[in-house]
Amino acid sequence: MNTSWGKRLVIAAPYLWLGLFFLIPFLIVLKLSFAEVVLARPPYTPLIEWLNAAGQFAPKLRVNFANYLLLLSDDLYIRSFLISLRIAFFATLIALAVGYPLAYAMARAPESWRAILVMLVILPFWTSFLIRVYAWIGILKNEGLLNAALMAVGIISKPLVIMNTDWAVYIGIVYSYLPFMVLPLYAALEKQDPSLLEAAADLGAPPWKAFWTVTVPLSLPGIVAGSLLVFIPAVGEFVIPDILGGSGTLMIGKTLWAEFFNNRDWPLASAIAVVLLVVLVVPIVWFQRQQAARAVEDGR
Amino acid sequence: MNDTRTPRARIEPWNDPAASAYVRVEGIAKSFGAQVAVANVDLAIHKGEFFSLLGPSGCGKTTLLRMLAGFETPDAGRILIDGADMTGVPPHRRPVNMMFQSYALFPHMTVEQNIAFGLRQDGAPKAEIADRVAEMLALVKLDGFGRRKPHQLSGGQRQRVALARALVKKPKLLLLDEPLGALDRRLREHTQFELVNIQERLGITFIIVTHDQEEAMTMSSRMAVMEHGAIRQVGTPAEVYERPASRFVAEFLGDANIIEGRVTSSANGRLQIAAEAAGCTIAVDGDGLAAGAPCAVAFRPEKLTLAKDQPADTSSNAVAGTVFDIAYLGDMSVYHVRTDAGATLRVAAANSQRMIERPITWDDRVWVTWAPGAGVVLDR
Ligand SMILES: Nc1ncnc2c1ncn2[C@@H]1O[C@H](COP(=O)(O)OP(=O)(O)O)[C@@H](O)[C@H]1O
Ligand SMILES: [Mg+2]
Repeated sequence: MNTSWGKRLVIAAPYLWLGLFFLIPFLIVLKLSFAEVVLARPPYTPLIEWLNAAGQFAPKLRVNFANYLLLLSDDLYIRSFLISLRIAFFATLIALAVGYPLAYAMARAPESWRAILVMLVILPFWTSFLIRVYAWIGILKNEGLLNAALMAVGIISKPLVIMNTDWAVYIGIVYSYLPFMVLPLYAALEKQDPSLLEAAADLGAPPWKAFWTVTVPLSLPGIVAGSLLVFIPAVGEFVIPDILGGSGTLMIGKTLWAEFFNNRDWPLASAIAVVLLVVLVVPIVWFQRQQAARAVEDGR
Repeated sequence: MNDTRTPRARIEPWNDPAASAYVRVEGIAKSFGAQVAVANVDLAIHKGEFFSLLGPSGCGKTTLLRMLAGFETPDAGRILIDGADMTGVPPHRRPVNMMFQSYALFPHMTVEQNIAFGLRQDGAPKAEIADRVAEMLALVKLDGFGRRKPHQLSGGQRQRVALARALVKKPKLLLLDEPLGALDRRLREHTQFELVNIQERLGITFIIVTHDQEEAMTMSSRMAVMEHGAIRQVGTPAEVYERPASRFVAEFLGDANIIEGRVTSSANGRLQIAAEAAGCTIAVDGDGLAAGAPCAVAFRPEKLTLAKDQPADTSSNAVAGTVFDIAYLGDMSVYHVRTDAGATLRVAAANSQRMIERPITWDDRVWVTWAPGAGVVLDR
């Protein structure tokens, strides 16, 4: 009896955690998104009005869809979403293109080096994310390190304008989220049996073909995991477009922040957050189903 | 002549001076840092041979095989296959296929896709690939398993997929690294015969690595015994077993009693050897050793005879002793005899009669005798 209770507690713990720190906050945001903005404290109407205007007890549910309708009607929000998805998509592709060779080289490095290389990949996390993004200003600005170096070498004669453009946002996102791409890729590549590549070569496959027919398909779970780990936070990214992208960059995270703090429109900001979550949940669920199907197929 | 021997026994190109070797290994050496894996190996292997590389673990068999496949670059020497120098030829351009010790099946591909992989690389037409794959599946008795993934197969089935995948391109040379190592004993014995059958049917030259001497003896046309990266002896299983060149070979291949002694006379191809440690005089076929030279003679346990009665001639090739242990192995028994001088001899005797009138048992006084042809003088 005791052990069974203990067991239940252990099983329940993660659900409790999720309920406490994910579900409840989400429900609060969901509730907020159906409210109306008012000049008050807090700046929104309650979901249920317990008293009527005359002060009598008459509970009334007030569900307001106006926030969602506004998101659809004002193309600022749709554009923010599309731009965020586009930037996140290409940033993920770039991170994959940069991260794959990196992870590959790490997985093929002598075994004694690998732990050190993994350490180096996660080393930036030991410094504040914000400070690292700020540091990029020093590199990317017109009179920054990058332009100074390029001009010193003589590749360019006048500085490249990178700061406050989408380029700076791409650089910032790829830089910040690269470890999330590299680590799952590394894990997938490192456990690959090197004799598989030898077998492919033995059967007549030149190295590039062995790579495409053996290494890449076998690292697919790592590619998917790494891409989701970059794509999902990149869509909602706020700090990087705010610091590096300047005022011209329209990303949904920034829009959300502006609605929340500048306009004090908590309900609209909440509606944006709910839509963002739905947009991101779709690929996650798809991924999970994919993984489950693969597991069944492989009999794992 | 009424020839009922198998083709294998009849064709002995290695005894034909006019025959040229199909695979030629010339002065190949390979070290990993300070570790010498293969040291100056020469080999000549003929077309259609079933050649074994036999030796204890770590003696360099896999390294030698991997140099043939092109996965390791020799530090010195060269390899010729069918007359072509393989130096600098990458693995994917060699007319060689390898069956890996771990099988190295592609886990994300079905059995069919695994087998078809080699043909795809050559851009063979789809219909031809399908035919060849079906043919190979039939050859390794896996019809109906084509759609499975490797993890859905048993160890024995995986082994056969690996074999089919390596054979599908009809290589000039098939390299097999401990192909039966992961199978249990019964399956291994069965598969040995299947491998030999397939090899004879296809006529492909096989080089197989094994540390199992029985396996090498059963399957090979010839074998090379390796130690510390060097080849100690090459020959047919019978040659190597009957006439081991060295103490290492004699002891690695089956059981051997090795008696040390000193040559007392040498005449007419017959050596007289005084073996003080064993307490006997040995007359053995051999020459090339002068009187006074130290030497060692190897006797297979089954070449020695055990008797309770004293033989007529005890001047040589006979020694008295006491049975101190008997190992019953079913079809035969191995008697451990301590000679009066204190040496230990193992004598194997077939248990052909169930009712032996005077069975030899523990603590019996016995005589161990042998023929002059029974012993082999070891080179080293
Ligand atoms: N890649 C390698 N790096 C370092 N040492 C190796 C490597 N491959 C083999 N060796 C060493 O070379 C020797 C021969 O190995 P191997 O050819 O695998 O032997 P076998 O197959 O006969 O067991 C061993 O001592 C082994 O430790
Ligand atoms: Mg080996």
